[in-house]
Amino acid sequence: MTLEMIAILLGGLTIGSALMVVLSKHPVRSVLYLVVTFFLISANYILMNAQFLAIVNIIVYAGAIMVLFLFVLMLLNLNKDSEPITSIGIKLAGIIAGGVLLTVMLAALKDGLVITQQAVGSANNDGLVENLGELLFTKYVLPFEMSSVLFIAAMVGAVMLAKREKQIID
Amino acid sequence: MDSGLIIEKLILVGIIFTISLLIAMYATYFERKVAAWFQDRIGPDRAGPFGILQPLADGVKMFMKEDFIPSNSDKWLFILGPGISMFTSLITSAIIPWGEDLTIFGSSVALQVADFNIGILFIMGVLSVGIYGIMIGGWASNNKYSLFGAIRASSQMISYELAMGVSVITIVMMTGSLSLRDIVQDQHGMNWNIFYQPVCFIVFFVCALAETNRAPFDLPECESELIGGYHTEYSSMKLGFFLFAEYVSMFISSAIIAILFFGGYNFPGMDYFSGNTLAILSVVAFFSKIFFFIFVFMWIRWTLPRFRFDQLMHLGWKNLIPIALINLLITGLVIALNKGWF
Repeated sequence: MTLEMIAILLGGLTIGSALMVVLSKHPVRSVLYLVVTFFLISANYILMNAQFLAIVNIIVYAGAIMVLFLFVLMLLNLNKDSEPITSIGIKLAGIIAGGVLLTVMLAALKDGLVITQQAVGSANNDGLVENLGELLFTKYVLPFEMSSVLFIAAMVGAVMLAKREKQIID
Repeated sequence: MDSGLIIEKLILVGIIFTISLLIAMYATYFERKVAAWFQDRIGPDRAGPFGILQPLADGVKMFMKEDFIPSNSDKWLFILGPGISMFTSLITSAIIPWGEDLTIFGSSVALQVADFNIGILFIMGVLSVGIYGIMIGGWASNNKYSLFGAIRASSQMISYELAMGVSVITIVMMTGSLSLRDIVQDQHGMNWNIFYQPVCFIVFFVCALAETNRAPFDLPECESELIGGYHTEYSSMKLGFFLFAEYVSMFISSAIIAILFFGGYNFPGMDYFSGNTLAILSVVAFFSKIFFFIFVFMWIRWTLPRFRFDQLMHLGWKNLIPIALINLLITGLVIALNKGWF
C-alpha cells in the first residue's frame, strides 16, 4: 500500500510542478520549476527500479541542459516590461497546437499506462546498469547508434554556427 | 526493512554529519595555519591554546552579524541559494564507504550509509546540481558582480565536469562497477588505481580543484575583479554557508580522490588484521589519506596564482578533455587485449 501511495503522491507532485513551469510569471522561476520537475521524474524512475536512468536524467537534464537554460535567461535578464506582446491570433494558434500535441501524447501514452503499472514495485531490473547496457548493445543497437550519429550531426552544426565569423581569441 | 537497520543508519548519518562539519570547521583553521606557515607568519593563536578555538570564534562572529537581504533581490531564491550549496556538499557523504565492516554486539555494521549500485554517478549528479546554489544565489542578489561570479562559476563547473566524467569512466571501466564499495575493494592492499592510471588522476585532480572553486580556479570569487563574486551581497550565516560549503566539498572531494585512486580504506599489510582492529585501522587509513589531500588543496591554493578566465577555458576544453579521452581509449584497448577480445 505504501508504494502505491508514494507513486500517487509523486505523480501528483510531478504534474503540479510541471504546471507551475507554465503558470509562473517569471522565466527564471519557470526554469527552476522545470528543474524540480526533472527531479521528480527521476524519483519516478527510481520507483520503477531504474536507478541508472534516474541519475542520468539528473546529470544530463537537471545538471547540464537546465543550467544552460538558466545561464541564458540570467544573461538576457527578461522581465515583464521586455516581454513581447503577442496577438490573439498567435495565442489561438498556440492553444490549437498545444491541444493537438496533448491529444497525440495521450494517444501514445494510453498503452504505456498499463506497462507502467506493472513496472512500479515489481522486480523489473531493466533499468539497472548491466541489463540496460546489454539491451542497448543487442536489441536496441541500431537506434542507439543512430542517435549518436544524430548527436554528432548536431555538434558539427553547433561548431559551424560558432565558427561562421572568424574570431581570434588568443 | 526492520527498525534496527533504520536506527543503525540514522546513528551513522548523525556521526558522518557531525564529522563532516567538524572537519570543515577545522579545515578553515588549518587553512589559516597553512597559509601562515607558507608565508612565514604565526597565524591565528589567540583563541585557546595554538588558537584551536578560532573556528568557534569565527562561527559566533558569523552568527552575530546582521542578516541583510538586499531590497531588490528575489527574497526566496536569495535564501535558497546558500541552502542548496550546503545541501549538495553534505549529501555526497551518504554513499562514501568509510571503512571495513565493524562488528558491534555480534552484528556486522557496514560503515556506509547507502551502497548504491550507481554510486559514482550519484556523486557526478550531485556535483552537477551543486551549480544551482551558486547560480541562484548570484542571480537573486540582483548585483552585476554577483551575476558575473555566478555565470563564471557555472561555465567553469560545466566545462570541468566533462573531463572529470571521462576520467571517472576510465576508473569504472577498470573496476567494472559503479559502486564505490566495489571500486574500493578492487584496490585491496596496495593495488591502488594511481599506479595504473596516473594521467587519469592528474586530470581528475585538476577538475576537482575547479569543481570546488578552489585556487588556482577560484575565479567565481575573484576579489580583484568581482569584489566578492557570487556572494558579494551575502552576510551573516548565509555567507557562512557559502564559505562552509566550500570546505565541506573540499573534504568530500578529498575522500573521492582517495577512493578512486588511493585505495580508499585499504592500506598495505591489511591482511594481517581482522575484525574490529581492521575496521578501525581502515578508517584511520582512509582519514589520513583524506587529510593529506585536504593539505594538498591548501598547498596549491597558497602556492599558485589565479588563472585568467580564457586560460581556464583553454585548459579545460583543449587540454584536459583530449587527454582524458585518449587515456580512456588506451585503457579500453588494454582491457580488450587483456581479455583476449582481439
